[in-house]
Amino acid sequence: MRVGLFVPCYVDAFHPEVGQATLELLERFGCEVEYPFDQTCCGQPMTNTGCHKESKATEELFVRNFKDYDYIVAPSGSCVNHIRNNFDAVAQTDDVKHVREHTYELVEFLHAVLKVDGFPWAEFPHKVALHNNCNALRGLNIASMTELREKKFSKPRDLLGMVKGLELVDITRPDECCGFGGTFSVFEEATSARMGQDKARDQAKSGAEYVTSSDSSCMMHQEGCAKRLGLPTKYIHISQILNGERV
Amino acid sequence: MSIDNQAAPTTPAGRTNDGAPANLTHGAGASVTMPARGPEPQPRGAIIRGNRPIDQQEAARRFMAAPEHLAMHDQRLWDLRQKRDGQKEIIEEWEDLRQLASDIKTHTLTHLDTYLEQFEKNAIANGVKVHWAKDAAEHNSIVAEILRSKNAKSLIKSKSMLTEECGFREAMAEAGVQVVETDLGERIQQLDNENPSHVVVPAVHKLRTDVAEVFAKTLGSDPNNSDVSYLTEQQREHTRPLILKADAGMTGCNFAVAETGSVVVCTNEGNADLSANTTGLHIVSMGIEKIIPNLNSLAVFVRMLSRSALGSPITQYTSHFRGPRRGAEMHIVIVDNGRTDRLGLEKFWTSLKCIRCGACMNTCPVFRRSGGLSYGATYAGPIGLIIDPTFNRHKYSTLPFSSTMNGSCTNVCPVKINIHEQIADWRQVLAENHEIPAFKKSMMKAAGALLASPKLYRASLPMADSALRHLPRFVLYNKLNTWTRGREMPHVPKETFHQWYKRTRGMDGKKK
Amino acid sequence: MSSTDSRAAIFAAIRANRPKIQPPLPDVPLFDEKALSDLVTAFSEMLVKMGGKVLDPQGQDPVSALRAAVAGKGIIATCVPELHGDASLQIRQILPDMDPHSLADVEIGVVRAAFGVAETGSLCLTDDELIVNTSGYLPQHLIVLLDPSQIVANLHNAYRRPELREHKYAVFQTGPSATADIEGVLIHGAQGVRSLHVLFCPKQS
Repeated sequence: MRVGLFVPCYVDAFHPEVGQATLELLERFGCEVEYPFDQTCCGQPMTNTGCHKESKATEELFVRNFKDYDYIVAPSGSCVNHIRNNFDAVAQTDDVKHVREHTYELVEFLHAVLKVDGFPWAEFPHKVALHNNCNALRGLNIASMTELREKKFSKPRDLLGMVKGLELVDITRPDECCGFGGTFSVFEEATSARMGQDKARDQAKSGAEYVTSSDSSCMMHQEGCAKRLGLPTKYIHISQILNGERV
Repeated sequence: MSIDNQAAPTTPAGRTNDGAPANLTHGAGASVTMPARGPEPQPRGAIIRGNRPIDQQEAARRFMAAPEHLAMHDQRLWDLRQKRDGQKEIIEEWEDLRQLASDIKTHTLTHLDTYLEQFEKNAIANGVKVHWAKDAAEHNSIVAEILRSKNAKSLIKSKSMLTEECGFREAMAEAGVQVVETDLGERIQQLDNENPSHVVVPAVHKLRTDVAEVFAKTLGSDPNNSDVSYLTEQQREHTRPLILKADAGMTGCNFAVAETGSVVVCTNEGNADLSANTTGLHIVSMGIEKIIPNLNSLAVFVRMLSRSALGSPITQYTSHFRGPRRGAEMHIVIVDNGRTDRLGLEKFWTSLKCIRCGACMNTCPVFRRSGGLSYGATYAGPIGLIIDPTFNRHKYSTLPFSSTMNGSCTNVCPVKINIHEQIADWRQVLAENHEIPAFKKSMMKAAGALLASPKLYRASLPMADSALRHLPRFVLYNKLNTWTRGREMPHVPKETFHQWYKRTRGMDGKKK
Repeated sequence: MSSTDSRAAIFAAIRANRPKIQPPLPDVPLFDEKALSDLVTAFSEMLVKMGGKVLDPQGQDPVSALRAAVAGKGIIATCVPELHGDASLQIRQILPDMDPHSLADVEIGVVRAAFGVAETGSLCLTDDELIVNTSGYLPQHLIVLLDPSQIVANLHNAYRRPELREHKYAVFQTGPSATADIEGVLIHGAQGVRSLHVLFCPKQS
């Protein structure tokens, strides 16, 4: 199985360890992983701001980079949601359709495609609160949603449940958006920061030592808010826990 | 067995005025004990500067700078959302009902002419006088004319978002008609000369101490008594004589049933029934999208409305007006005011399905933290973001950006409007029609050019300590650097993933 | 523009802007397969949750219980044959030609519901039962007689009843008037009645 690894721009720049953990984890499960060197971004920042035309060339580049892989995997639900559900600045060629249909967020790829049944190398003896990115939750459906009457499930919880020693703790508003929202975080800075601070307080109150998520973007924002408030909570991407990182 | 005529003197939060625990499921009551808060000056809404785009963020910042108001507002609305979740768990067919409600609305809106004709025919046969108004001004002048013909100088009314849309109270003031709102929240807002901040709980942004101040100024109540039971009683005692003296009554319309020609109004206070039944003249203000085919359909909406809005199984009063009482008159003014234009917007017409339950506002994390008045428009919160630009694309061009597009609004919507997707679609329409700020547009152009070129992109990140690496891409192009106002910057690693991969695995990806 | 011109303009705009799809009207099921067999208990529980109360006859027959409940409570207005007008007891008989305002001084109104709804604890009052519509709103308190055999399972069943088609006015009243418009504090008696009691009492034919 040839897997193209997509490392979103902010992961590349701020959290290279997330890209590394994702790469190693996929290799542990026997995937033949390649990192196309010419990758940049999926085009989401422009589209989210309403500027679809401005994201066209970026989307085209993305397709050129990834069209030849069986699967494309990224440690970010937000970017994958853009590719799967909103990638419409480009003409919908067969290559584009292939890319859109075969791009997976890491957790759902492990859960639904690789159907993994354990992480024997992983151990994380800590109290952990889970944060689901809103796009991963409501766009990709990685877990059931509190607003809907539906059977409860959670792909990230299933995976974290296989990690030795890890104890999941609940926060009071699990599905509440943390306020990152891409360009919202800078254009509507005050509301964004307030939402992030409220989220960080909720996480800290739960007794969690760590917060984990399949999205670094939300956590980058939450961590910034927690630090500003002087809260001790630490933030770690789910790929690192599943890859057996010891802290 | 006795009927207690005496209201208890004080009303601690969490108890009703007749002593019952307030964690009941009805009448919008909070399910938790709300701590006493205030006094703190009330933050006001968005500053309106003619036709200039609303600065929602500026008003939101002021709201968030008032901690007591912010805490109460957030807790109160979050509680309504949780009560709504509780109802959803009780009703096994919940998701079926949402789908039915959505499908019935789709059917009705695509057969709107048929059902409006049927409704009109039945209403006339029931003895109702039916009027048609293309816009707000015509609505106001029709009502003024009806009142004038009956020599009616005072009007009691129940809450109606359509009349808010029409600037009705101001128009009546000019026509010399005294209007008295009879819904408590709406009355508070009227007396404070402020718009409702929420479609269901109009004064939800106010603390009890704010209400005490308003009532002291306008009703002469004790400014130092902010007991909620006292304040509510003051309003009842003050409003009742106005109801009894009024020349005419007016209500809005939650649903209009084509099959029977009935107008359905839902309230918790019974004020619509008082407004309609006390005087000899009942005027109904109704938007064309309120129409539904029949009573079987109505059952679906009545089951969903209050459960979605307040987490209560039904409003205390669900009133069906099919025709005038003996010796009285009933008029229905059917209003377009932009709705037929909206019907023609391919991506946005389903916003006409909205039944004004406010569930999207209750769940919206931005709304809860900024208050409904920060949107500076008749409709606030998620539904407002997609409706307001249809009234004025320029003035409300900023509103679709006051959202993280997290999608919770879409999930709680009882008629399944894809609200967060329409917010995204509005952003596109506004960007393409030059209704976003020039700096934003040029920033996105530059980002798009950079991200489309691997060489330029990589060249912009040459060194680990480059200033460029200190900020995410979109922040970089924002000269204001707003990130650090409420947050710390992320830690900057020694090398990017790209550099690490190249160093450890080489261009061919083989492990070194 | 006259209202007639506006009517034509609105219809023209609707037809011009009609969305392209034309889906059929879905059937609405009754959703009552799992309805409780004991509708009186289900109704009573919901009524209490909605802020209403059941008037317990405490072993008396319902009509005697009703008389006892209103005795000495001030001005009573009755819409029901079970309680006759009696000036000496301040019991006023509601008559069709009464001025709606004349009920403003009433302490307790007594009315019969056409039927009840178990799902929500609601009572259907129509202009027949109210005689003068304000008798449901202007009194300070309301006592509603309900025939226990006239309770439907849910709102789908309720809207299939004839009352909603036949009457000029019908209301589902559920508990007393309520508001929580100030900080979510629940207050009974915002504008309408301050309390609502239901007395189970079969309808005399």
